Amino acid sequence: MSPTTAFIVDMLVHATPLMIAGLAVAIAFRAGIWNIGADGQFIAGATAAAWVGVSAPATIGWLALPLALVAGAIAGGIWAAIAAWLRSRFGVLEVISTIMLNFIATYSASYLVRGPLQESTHVFPQTDSIVAGARMPILISGTRLHWGFILGLLLAGVTWWVMKYSATGFRIRASGMSPFAARSAGLINVPRVTSGAFIVSGAIAGIAGGVEVCGVTFALYENISPGYGYTAIAVALLAGLNPLGVIGTGILFGALETAASTMQRNAGIPSTTASVIEAVVILAVIAIAQLRSRSRHSVAAT
Amino acid sequence: MTDVALELASISKSFGRSVALRSASLSARRGTVHAILGENGAGKTTLMRIAFGMLQPDAGTIRVNGETRSFASPSAAIANGIAMVHQHFTLVSAMTVTENVALGGRGLFHPRQARSELLALAKRTGFAIDPDARVENLPAGAQQRVEILKALSHGPRVLILDEPTAILTPAEAEDLLNRARELVNDGGTAILITHKLRDALKFADDITVLRRGVTVWTGRAAETTEDALVSAMLGGERVPAESIRNETSHQSPVSDGEVVISLHDVSVRDALNVERLKAVSLEVRGGEIVGVAAVEGNGQHELLRILAGRIDATSGVVTLPPTVGFIPEDRQRDALIPDLSLRDNVALAGAGARRGVMDWIAIGDRTRSLIGTYDVRARDENVHASTLSGGNQQKLVVGREIEWAHVALVAENPSRGLDIRASAAVRGRIIEARDSGAAVVIYSSDLDEIVSLADRVVVVYAGNVCECGNDYESIGRAMLGVTAP
Repeated sequence: MSPTTAFIVDMLVHATPLMIAGLAVAIAFRAGIWNIGADGQFIAGATAAAWVGVSAPATIGWLALPLALVAGAIAGGIWAAIAAWLRSRFGVLEVISTIMLNFIATYSASYLVRGPLQESTHVFPQTDSIVAGARMPILISGTRLHWGFILGLLLAGVTWWVMKYSATGFRIRASGMSPFAARSAGLINVPRVTSGAFIVSGAIAGIAGGVEVCGVTFALYENISPGYGYTAIAVALLAGLNPLGVIGTGILFGALETAASTMQRNAGIPSTTASVIEAVVILAVIAIAQLRSRSRHSVAAT
Repeated sequence: MTDVALELASISKSFGRSVALRSASLSARRGTVHAILGENGAGKTTLMRIAFGMLQPDAGTIRVNGETRSFASPSAAIANGIAMVHQHFTLVSAMTVTENVALGGRGLFHPRQARSELLALAKRTGFAIDPDARVENLPAGAQQRVEILKALSHGPRVLILDEPTAILTPAEAEDLLNRARELVNDGGTAILITHKLRDALKFADDITVLRRGVTVWTGRAAETTEDALVSAMLGGERVPAESIRNETSHQSPVSDGEVVISLHDVSVRDALNVERLKAVSLEVRGGEIVGVAAVEGNGQHELLRILAGRIDATSGVVTLPPTVGFIPEDRQRDALIPDLSLRDNVALAGAGARRGVMDWIAIGDRTRSLIGTYDVRARDENVHASTLSGGNQQKLVVGREIEWAHVALVAENPSRGLDIRASAAVRGRIIEARDSGAAVVIYSSDLDEIVSLADRVVVVYAGNVCECGNDYESIGRAMLGVTAP
């Protein structure tokens, strides 16, 4: 395999969790929900998928894979639902609650891989490997690229269609852009719509975690997410919250992360350089978006 | 030293094309309570905001104790001994009473010192308050006292109260106004903005009446009568504004259509648990326009939203058709999403109940025909609503709501902020909806609009709704809570 092919494969493998978690963030942000908790939801999903993947009996064969992913979705959804409930019941800002839930997820996973879910020799802080039936099939033989990437593309396509063409998607967008008009002119039950979008967002982040376990790591490790959920915010913002755009920006950030480790290995350039570039990209995008909306409003005011 | 504590001479102020004040004057004597009376939009609040430095006059002079002053900001006014209590609360609800009163002070905050100063002030002025209570836990009347204490904490010589009794129970209001009288005993001055004639006559020494930005009457309360003040406020003869021409004046006879909207003993309480509507009953029939008149803050906001099915009643029976079109006052916030296209904004009506897939092609066609029928000036249906002028935005909203609901339409100040042509177009559409059998309710703070459009008029006063004759005199009296002579 040529270095270029190897790089592209690595890039797409890295891009997969970023893309799916980026979709999760885009859905929430469209609904006006500032879900900073994709990382926690990712970890919750990865944990549930690993648990199902490890404990699934061999007799159910390939059914273990969809079961693990569904478990991931449910766990991510529940993780988001906690914040959604705190928001609707007590008015707790989701920005704060989701960040806190990220810590809870990180350290809970850390406990689980040293306690109840630890591998059978009780030496390493990780779970046993998931059963063969729960592993994501490989897309290109001889590489690590798995079908999770295709699943990500499909999710992006479906999300795009739902947001653009379904009544539900329209309600989400309207509620996010103007809760007042959505309620008064659209007779939309805004809290229900936004809470629903929040939970779906968590479920998709949970799927991202499940895909990572079933496609790449085959076990739950202590640091299963190197901040995927946070990078996903950049992925979603850079894509302008457009689900199809998330494919492109997910791959871009996948490339940056892959290149960072290659650079460090081959040229001794610190991999943190990539983080600096990511941050600069995000700042540039935000500045441009601000400038554009300001010029548009000044036109409207005349 | 002169006898006049605050004098506003020939003050003029315009907002864009609308003139709020035309050479209005007021002169408040030391040691008196001075009431400012006037209808909605007469310019009372604008005049006082100028006195308090919140707005800058286009022309005119402010004199404090005979010396000319100009206030760049409220803090400049406060430094000159002027304080104002606003109609709407300006308190931080999560803070304690002491913290709220100390807010805006200079230097360090000494909690214990601030608390004892507040207690001393409360004792001196008689506005009893718990300094440690959180504002959000206080009832409306107590919050009002906090606002007043906040204003008094600067030691003002002139205290301006903007509709201080609007949200108070009659007993609380009476108490507050008595306290205001006591405040002026040691040479201070209180200026009381009010709609309530009786309060003005009972508690004020002097009264100034504004009408459409002009001071039309000023004098001693003891030397005038309720009737004289009513005719000053409403104007001796009312010429309907030029904007309403014959096209809108063909009222239909009393409708014999079916009852489309009905309320029976409906009560509504707001977030502060103040009863905004009190056991209201009202029926609206197909083919009639019911005009709603009220002075700001008497419960018409809630009444319209009940009629439109936009809020729920606390008690009582509300019968509505499946869809009611609603044209809210704040169209930018409540009717449109400025950053969505016209097509998307048309799709917004009824979006809450829509199932399955959005038929964007059909909605696009509908938007195009709406743009044509209702004369919305827009390049096409894909431009953002924010690119339209206010009048065109309103035509789009009116069209959307009429086409969507058919049978019932509730409109709140539908022509506010529109120019004459757009106003006439909007009113014309509302009349067409009535003529095609819809039940229409229209609230307007412009009495001309109600008188010219409505087949029947109801007035909301202090949460009660009463039927009223469709003429300026009886509407004006009912709005002020004065029964017919």
